[in-house]
Amino acid sequence: MERKEVATLPSFSHFIQTLIETKSVFLKAMLLTIELTVVSILIGIVIGLFFALLKISKIKVLEFISDAYVYLVRGTPLIVQIFILYFGISGIFLLPDFWAASLALALHNGAYISEILRGSIQAVDKGQMEAGRSLGMTKVLTLRRVILPQAFRRALPPLGNQFIIGLKDSSLAAFISMNELFNVATTLGSNNFDEMTYLLIVAIYYLVLVALLTFVVNRFESKLAVSDR
Amino acid sequence: MDTKEMIKINQLNKSFGDLHVLKGIDMTVYESDVVCLIGASGSGKSTLLRCLNFLEKKDNGNIIIKGKEVDPNTDNLNKIREKVGMVFQHFNLFPHKTVLENIIEAPIMVKGVDKEEAISKAKQLLSKVGLEDKLDVYPNKLSGGQKQRVAIARALAMEPEIMLFDEPTSALDPELVGEVLATMKELAEEGMTMVVVTHEMDFAKEVADWIVYMHDGKIVERGNPEQFFSNPKEERTQEFLKTTILK
Ligand SMILES: Nc1ncnc2c1ncn2[C@@H]1O[C@H](COP(=O)(O)OP(=O)(O)O)[C@@H](O)[C@H]1O
Ligand SMILES: [Mg+2]
Repeated sequence: MERKEVATLPSFSHFIQTLIETKSVFLKAMLLTIELTVVSILIGIVIGLFFALLKISKIKVLEFISDAYVYLVRGTPLIVQIFILYFGISGIFLLPDFWAASLALALHNGAYISEILRGSIQAVDKGQMEAGRSLGMTKVLTLRRVILPQAFRRALPPLGNQFIIGLKDSSLAAFISMNELFNVATTLGSNNFDEMTYLLIVAIYYLVLVALLTFVVNRFESKLAVSDR
Repeated sequence: MDTKEMIKINQLNKSFGDLHVLKGIDMTVYESDVVCLIGASGSGKSTLLRCLNFLEKKDNGNIIIKGKEVDPNTDNLNKIREKVGMVFQHFNLFPHKTVLENIIEAPIMVKGVDKEEAISKAKQLLSKVGLEDKLDVYPNKLSGGQKQRVAIARALAMEPEIMLFDEPTSALDPELVGEVLATMKELAEEGMTMVVVTHEMDFAKEVADWIVYMHDGKIVERGNPEQFFSNPKEERTQEFLKTTILK
């Protein structure tokens, strides 16, 4: 029976030394991780909003399409979705790896974001739409000017949470050869026969990114919360 | 006859599923009249009011606004709603907008009014309802009475020709009712055509030109306040007045 290799923890000084030595290559990888995350979240919000609106449209076919999309995404592993998109789309037309990865992540995030937005749109008091309508505003205008701003505000905490998940999920882009953080860590680790050191280093980078993201979301939240104070 | 018919409804029917809520309502509201709609909870008052600005879709019957029959399927209801303001029991102010932003939103976005002009109009309206110092305040900082006065100012900003009020003081603490009724009374005196659902019998007595009493989806009795309150014809009305005046 094959035995699993036991990795030992690196000494503290070795860890620090490696951390410093590899910082330029990791910073470059971090930039790619940030790009993947930001692009996929932004597209994910657009996709999520689109399917959330389908879901609340009260038109059966559109509701069904939205349900089907959410079910497909939630019902299959992200890595399967990434592979299907990567190999599937690349087979049809040429899509740069970065965009294949971003699109896969965006489609994945979009399903969760659509559920978050749907919930927060429906949580806005029904009287708000009626007030807008009674002032002569159209449904679309009321949605845009009255309902969505309130819904986004309400959605911000769960969205922030989804952004963090999206950030960490971007590590799966390593499997379609994106040189983002996780890929760099595993590659360097196996090249140097020192996996554990590099995994610990990459964990630090993710923790810093999550802290930054949390900070940005919190800032946004408190800025929007003026009217609740 | 030179008083204009602002609203005329003929044989209006409305059901929610199996529940027949409005059962053949006939009603006319003349220009500058104040009509108070009274009746027990569940009698269909709100539904009637909401049919008048097409927030609810009638099943059948005619709704004629300023002499023109409205067909909800072909007419631009938004255009009609511009002319028919509505004030709700729970204010429904936009919580993410300041008092000023609440008021200028529809004039700018719907009517395309110039921003400067909308602001100066809003200030005028706010001083009219006694809240000129609340311009930049968010609604959650206001008392219920202040919220409702802002809601009235917001509706007036569209320069409506008819105002509908659905229990505008029912959600207010008793000590705040007076300020809202005073604003409404002032509006009535300026000649606004108003349909008011209310349980404030003193207000109805003093301000209304007509009282309409609804029961179970029908108009049971209507009359001028003096006749209605001192000498109601229908037994149902007498019973209703006994219970409400005791309250
Ligand atoms: N959207 C709705 N769906 C189903 N039933 C409704 C709806 N709105 C009102 N109703 C019902 O219609 C009846 C009349 O309601 P409403 O017009 O609100 O009465 P009122 O304002 O006189 O209290 C009530 O039985 C109420 O439950
Ligand atoms: Mg009611």
